[in-house]
Amino acid sequence: MSQTLEHLLLKKRSAILKRWLDLIFDTYPADGRSFFASRRNRIANPVGGAIVDGVDKLFDWLMQGEKSDVRDICVFLDNIVRIRAVQEFSASHSIGFVFFLKHAIRETLDSELRKEQLHEDLLTFESKIDSLALLAFDNYSQCREQLHQIRAAEIRNRTSRLLERACQKYGMPSEW
Amino acid sequence: MELDKLPKPEEMQIDLTPPESGWMDTPVNMRDGTYSYPAAAKNLKILDMPNPREWSVTADDWKLPQNWQEIILEGFKERLEKYRSFKLFMDICVRCGACADKCHFFIGSGDPKNMPVLRAELLRSVYRKNFSTLGRMLGRFSGSRELTLPVLKEWFYYFFQCTECRRCSVYCPYGIDTAEVTMIGRELLNLVGLNINWVIEPVANCFRTGNHLGIPPHGLIDMWEFMVDDIEDITGIKVDLPVNKKGAEILFVTPSGDYFADPGTYTCMGYLMLFHELGLDYTWSTYASEGGNFGLFTSHEMIKRLNAKIYAEAKRLGVKWIIGGECGHMWRVMHQYMETMNGPADFLEEPVSPITGTKFENSKQTKMVHITEFTSDLIRNGKLKLDPSRNDRFRVTYHDSCNPARAAGLMEEPRYVLRNVVNNFFEMPENSIREHTYCCGGGAGLGNDENLDMRMRGGFPRANAVRHVRDKHDVNRLICMCAIDRATLTALMHYWAPDVEVGGIHELLANALIMEGEHERKLDLRGEPFSGEEEDEDV
Amino acid sequence: MNAWFSVFTALVAVIALVLLAMLGVETIGLKSIFGVIIPYVAFVIFFVGVAYRIIGWAKVPVPFRIPTTGGQGKSLPWIKASYTDAPWTTLGVILRMALEVLLFRSLFRNTKAEVREGPRITYASAQWLWLAGILFHYSFLTIILRHARFFFENVPSFVEMLSSVDGFFQILVPTLFLSDLAFLAAVTYLFLRRVVLPQMRYISLPADYFPLFLIGGIGISGVLMRQVWKVDLLKVKELTMGWFTFHPVVPEGLGTIFYVHVFLVSCLLAYIPFSKIMHMGGVFLSPTRNLANVNRSERYVNPWNYPVKVHTYDEYEDEFREKMKEAGIPVDKE
Repeated sequence: MSQTLEHLLLKKRSAILKRWLDLIFDTYPADGRSFFASRRNRIANPVGGAIVDGVDKLFDWLMQGEKSDVRDICVFLDNIVRIRAVQEFSASHSIGFVFFLKHAIRETLDSELRKEQLHEDLLTFESKIDSLALLAFDNYSQCREQLHQIRAAEIRNRTSRLLERACQKYGMPSEW
Repeated sequence: MELDKLPKPEEMQIDLTPPESGWMDTPVNMRDGTYSYPAAAKNLKILDMPNPREWSVTADDWKLPQNWQEIILEGFKERLEKYRSFKLFMDICVRCGACADKCHFFIGSGDPKNMPVLRAELLRSVYRKNFSTLGRMLGRFSGSRELTLPVLKEWFYYFFQCTECRRCSVYCPYGIDTAEVTMIGRELLNLVGLNINWVIEPVANCFRTGNHLGIPPHGLIDMWEFMVDDIEDITGIKVDLPVNKKGAEILFVTPSGDYFADPGTYTCMGYLMLFHELGLDYTWSTYASEGGNFGLFTSHEMIKRLNAKIYAEAKRLGVKWIIGGECGHMWRVMHQYMETMNGPADFLEEPVSPITGTKFENSKQTKMVHITEFTSDLIRNGKLKLDPSRNDRFRVTYHDSCNPARAAGLMEEPRYVLRNVVNNFFEMPENSIREHTYCCGGGAGLGNDENLDMRMRGGFPRANAVRHVRDKHDVNRLICMCAIDRATLTALMHYWAPDVEVGGIHELLANALIMEGEHERKLDLRGEPFSGEEEDEDV
Repeated sequence: MNAWFSVFTALVAVIALVLLAMLGVETIGLKSIFGVIIPYVAFVIFFVGVAYRIIGWAKVPVPFRIPTTGGQGKSLPWIKASYTDAPWTTLGVILRMALEVLLFRSLFRNTKAEVREGPRITYASAQWLWLAGILFHYSFLTIILRHARFFFENVPSFVEMLSSVDGFFQILVPTLFLSDLAFLAAVTYLFLRRVVLPQMRYISLPADYFPLFLIGGIGISGVLMRQVWKVDLLKVKELTMGWFTFHPVVPEGLGTIFYVHVFLVSCLLAYIPFSKIMHMGGVFLSPTRNLANVNRSERYVNPWNYPVKVHTYDEYEDEFREKMKEAGIPVDKE
């Protein structure tokens, strides 16, 4: 990433993040939107808290350039994706929020990007956003997969003792 | 490069734009993972409940009786005349919004109809149309609307999306209790055969066999014996197992979920060990083998039909009083309904602990004592030998189950027991415990598999508070005193905080309990070493 | 229903009432109707209506004792129980109700100190709701009490005192009362809250805006009458005392603004029994608040308790007897 773009992104960081957050919160029903966006504490408003924190960290990670390690960001990505995976969204909508950052940047930095001819740099930066989206996709699949595991585990757990006892009683192998 | 080619967020989510229409005109969207399956006809028949048939929630035709509106409005009127709570709650809400952000389903989903005020307005709008003069005159200006099929579907969706946890009622300036509204709402739905199988099947099973899973008496005793064997492996002691024993002093009743489902089973083993160690003259019952009462999630009448067997069995066995195990909604029933519905239990005596001589004054009318009241009294009087260091592997937090907290005020007793059996106890943030406690998201019959997305959403506020103490204090064990919690929180933690396990109070108590004549204990009730290390490292 | 439509309808309704009063008094000259008959009718509707509603509620039985426990219940003697949040005595219940009615205890719970984390500030909109609620209700009460001067031949001393405290700061001449200011501010806040917060806008009905506008209109007309189009207080008192002695005479020279004020008050009085404003009566009857948490220690009778179909032990044993015997479980009939 060139110095100029990096500089610009840092300079306009809060404006970009605000726009990004607005776009994310806009995916919720009007009433939920304002509640999530309210600055209540994280215990009273856990969804909003996770998104606000997460967006912050994701942006910082993207700014780290070459040095950034995927593992650093997984937790924060997960905090958001995990929530959206069980809300009223389709798969694309669940992880689509990552792409909203592109939109937020283009919108916020529109005139500067034109003036400074930074489109190529922006492309580089955006491909990093793309990889973030791919990570989010993996993450989303994991979450859904986990829900299926939970379903299976629940059904097993609910009668685990009965089954174990039956196996014991009728001399069946207890693990199958 | 053209900046405008990138699809705008608005364009990416055409069907996602949240409804800008008013709530009365926004129909419900039945999405997989957010609703429960209908009750099977065979179960309704066992219970003589109306309109048994096979039907599907996503189908257009719900196969309702021809005159369903008439039936519901008739039922509505009847309940307005029988429940002051219901009539009052239909009339006095000022829509101040204090409850709006208190519901865990709203906090997790942002769905406006999960705001308690709006959940109740679903009924109120129909109430105004049919039972209020001004409402009828002013029509929609007064917020009234016809009872149509879409409205009925909305009722079904949202009244089976309320866990009757009563959190909103704590904050309401008029004490409006959405649980009460939901209970009546469900009663009305039941009149035309709209109910969910996860509620009705346990009810039907419980009615016939005495417990939710429908386990016959010989199956039950088999399960208990299995536990006795496990306890012998762990402690070297073969504990007593009195079943249907006439003339025992105490009848013990606990939710049947703890007989079969891990991790509830460990809590159940805990009871067996504790009672054996005390030499308590008590008995289990196969007929009254269920403490839980899914009638609470069906109708007031059904509560009574299922609950009747508790006193009946106490009378038949000739016991003096009753102890109830760790359960949530069971304690709503035992505390607030049992004595009124099926009492007075004149044939029982005022409960007195045979070990300490303590009189349980607060239970002198129902004659039923909560297990943590019983146990904390034992500990207070130094009757138990405890080694809390055996639980040192666990860093524990406590989840107040909704009903013991907000319907019975049982908050200190479980904490007192916990503090005496573990060394590492940490509270979750203040606005998520005691009367402010968040629901597990699976109460009131919603703890089923098909409803999993909704449960994860609704349970998120609770899970988030757990994650908070996990990150801050390395908490790895979430303790609760509710069988539904033990099942649903396990799933919830699996998804939101995988390194936190769920368990009950008497499981930890039994770990710490030094029993007369036990061999050197290295394993906890789950068969894992106390130290948390592999056994060979001890050598 | 669209939110703005709700606001609009309610506003139009209140404006129509104001115009009706002006039209009736100024153009048609129906002073005795607006000055005497309508207030009388309104009073009758109010008293009969409120009594009817409260009796209506009181007649409905409370089948179960269902208090919401907002704290530790009374159990073992060494466990500290919460006297007012999970009361077990009548006094405790009375205190709980008093806290609820006088200080809006439950609403205040929202303001409980919250764990603040991170760099983010904590919003306290719930706190504001409590404050506005308190301000609104207490300033309303003060204003009503101040009006007592119109209903007693000799003004009671507490009313004099109240008025002088209320007007302590002597802003403007004649004195602008603090309660008037607080009242108008609170009404404005309660209105703005409904239109600005999306979730409030979503749940609000015309029936929520209408009383706010009506009450706001009463406040504004009252202040105008005091500060702008001054009304002869002696003449007002002549009329109000006439109401009480049932010989009402409408004095000449009372400005239209007075009739508007009286008409709006009459509308409010007549509207109360049909509306959510009845919450003031309802709060006393709420079973989750006015019952003691003595569920397990004292008997509670449901007046309509009826027998239900149960599955008896005999039926149960009949079904499982052989299996029970095989499993060594004692049975009643061999």
